[in-house]
Amino acid sequence: MITLTAIPVHYYLLFCSILFCIGVIGVLIKRNALLILMSIELMINSINLLLAAFSAYSNDPAGQIFVFFIMVVAAAEVAIGLAIVVLIYRTTHSIDINVLNKLKW
Amino acid sequence: MFSHYIFYFLSIMALFSAVMMLVSKKPIHSVLFLTLTFFAIAGHYVLLNAQFLAVVHVIVYAGAIMVLFLFTVMLLNLNNDERSPKPIWVKVIAFLAGCMLLLTLIGVFRGYDIQSAHDPMTTQIGLVKSLGRILYHDYLIPFELSSVLFLTAMVGAVLLGKKEQI
Repeated sequence: MITLTAIPVHYYLLFCSILFCIGVIGVLIKRNALLILMSIELMINSINLLLAAFSAYSNDPAGQIFVFFIMVVAAAEVAIGLAIVVLIYRTTHSIDINVLNKLKW
Repeated sequence: MFSHYIFYFLSIMALFSAVMMLVSKKPIHSVLFLTLTFFAIAGHYVLLNAQFLAVVHVIVYAGAIMVLFLFTVMLLNLNNDERSPKPIWVKVIAFLAGCMLLLTLIGVFRGYDIQSAHDPMTTQIGLVKSLGRILYHDYLIPFELSSVLFLTAMVGAVLLGKKEQI
């Protein structure tokens, strides 16, 4: 029987912070709208994991219910976002975000 | 100690594939690396004894969202390099900004001191039975409202995907 010892919650804090910052860097350096959406998904997932970790460490199930609802909203967001990306590609033949500056002025 | 090794393995796998998602040139490789990251995060959920979330995460993210991304990448024929990559100084500044954000977060969390009285390896809150009871008892109205949200998203996606002008 392998005994599992608890991991300090600081490890989860550090891991999720690094994952979130990778997502932020991805949003900043990428020009492809699809990759920016994927980086946002990465950030959402790091937040989800941290919520679930705190929920497990404080023995409160409300955090995990909240993670479930975040997943629901993220699924809806991805469906709409990808539909918009396909629509943009159909009209401008590019999903480079620097092309999409028609609303700027 | 065994759970620590699993934690390190899953964390390194998630971080490695997240970085590879950013540095790989082809969008389809990025999608596949992101899927790998999601599987590592599902392993983290299992490690936290949140089995319901682990299963839902695999179904929703690795099953639905990543397939949607893969379809879009293949449909748009994006399997080439970015046409006009950002200049290198923008990337350097973005990387530095991300590192600054990480330093800020670490500085904030250093003062945080939790004395967890509960062992996450033995709590039963993440199981389907207990979470389902709470979801259908205390959070019934948000649960039903999320179906309205899905209906709205579905109608919106169909409307946006229509060929002719609206």
